[in-house]
Amino acid sequence: MLCDVCNKNPATVHLTEIVDDQMTELHLCEDCARKKSAQMEQQFGLSDLLAGLADFEKPSSEEKEGTSLKCPNCGLTYRDFKKIGRLGCSECYVTFKKFLGPLLKRIHGSGLHCGKCPVKVGKTVRKKTDLQELRCRLQKAIETEAYEEAAKIRDQIRELQEKQSQSQNQKKD
Amino acid sequence: MILNDLLNHTSEWLKGTGPNSDIVISSRIRFARNLENVPFPQWANKKQSKNVLDAIEQAVSGLESPKDPAIFKLVDLDSIDKQFLIERHLMSYEHAQKSDSKAVIIDNEEIIAIMVNEEDHLRIQVMQSGFNLHEAYNIVNKIDDALAKGLSFAFSSEWGYLTACPTNTGTGMRGSVMLHLPALVMTRQINQVLAAIAKLSFTTRGLYGEGTQATGNFFQISNQLSLGSSEQEIIENINGLIRQIIEQEKQSREVLFTQNREMLEDKINRSFGILKNAHIITSQETTELLSLLRLGCDLGIVRDIDRRSINELFIITQPAHLQKLENKKLTSQERDLKRAELIRSKLTGK
Repeated sequence: MLCDVCNKNPATVHLTEIVDDQMTELHLCEDCARKKSAQMEQQFGLSDLLAGLADFEKPSSEEKEGTSLKCPNCGLTYRDFKKIGRLGCSECYVTFKKFLGPLLKRIHGSGLHCGKCPVKVGKTVRKKTDLQELRCRLQKAIETEAYEEAAKIRDQIRELQEKQSQSQNQKKD
Repeated sequence: MILNDLLNHTSEWLKGTGPNSDIVISSRIRFARNLENVPFPQWANKKQSKNVLDAIEQAVSGLESPKDPAIFKLVDLDSIDKQFLIERHLMSYEHAQKSDSKAVIIDNEEIIAIMVNEEDHLRIQVMQSGFNLHEAYNIVNKIDDALAKGLSFAFSSEWGYLTACPTNTGTGMRGSVMLHLPALVMTRQINQVLAAIAKLSFTTRGLYGEGTQATGNFFQISNQLSLGSSEQEIIENINGLIRQIIEQEKQSREVLFTQNREMLEDKINRSFGILKNAHIITSQETTELLSLLRLGCDLGIVRDIDRRSINELFIITQPAHLQKLENKKLTSQERDLKRAELIRSKLTGK
């Protein structure tokens, strides 16, 4: 079989792409495959997709001001982020919080972490994430009309909140 | 352990055992983790990356499990070595691109693979044979907890684990299941299935992960969302979806077997015939024919070879594996000859 692109060299790279629900096949020689993969990266990088998402709404004056915002820890600007689609360090999440909040929500459909915490994290953080997880579960239970389950979770949330306010009061005392 | 030792070893995910192993090849969980305040790999300078590698190496060497893992620094590996690790699913294609301060840490069973300085400082992955995400999760979770005692991971109570790409933020977890779906492809139902998967926020990829081809009827399905659900919920969601796909594949196999048996036996036995007799064979043709042979084995049509041997053939016929076995660089024409020779000898003993 000859290469689909140059029709000269034997095709040794076979590319099957799944776009939405359709599979297409392309048979290429090694040279053309290399060119094609460089082209694909240029055309369709995840960073472009992300940058597109970040640009979803018309940039407000606030966001224009944001593009020159710079992370004090690693020096990455919001403009850099839009270009490379990757953040520079964990501190960037604090620096660009205003813009990342809506972006994360758009990507994941949710803006709150409901999973595990690192073992070293303090008790207050752990309680906060426990509460977040319960709230997420409550929301999902309501959405799926699992009301019995929802009632149980609501009670758990109340219990946890009471405990928290008690411990806070004790601290004040 | 040196890299060449892996050649004589069967990776955990190739064993062909575990739940639903007629349809599910393997289950994989990976966690993305980063060190607090240290620039992510793509944005870090050489010194920072080197420090990350040193810190992680030290943390890993103190672990009880994996005990005494092999640490391969990418600067020490040539291009065939790197391709070899990719073929064994022990590292990603992306990881192999630049070598500076990158490493991959592997346990003896090839269950655990930790990539250092890939897109994130740490990518911890655990593979299991068959449909078994829970077990993979339990193992990766323990490693994560053990590492977190020594390393400070970037974490926020609101957004969870902080990653270089916002698509991984939250749990930083990706669960993937590798499926072999020849009957859904043959009965032309696969496109409907893929469309449904995409609508449910799951991703389908080929045999070698991101950006690879979907040959040999292999499909890797994984979760797309990592924020807003707990790890257990994400796993349950994947499991629910996979169970349905397994059911559909089973039904399609049943239909083919009862209504089109002659055609099916013909296809499978012809594949077996070509594999046993070919003198020149490409990796694409090999994968397609082995896929049919595997189906024949699952359905009891082919009895003189087991699933594990077929799985092994999938791997050892890959380009870097062939070159490692021959211990020299081979052109693609030379590989096609060697590949055919190897398959003939494995299937016929000649």
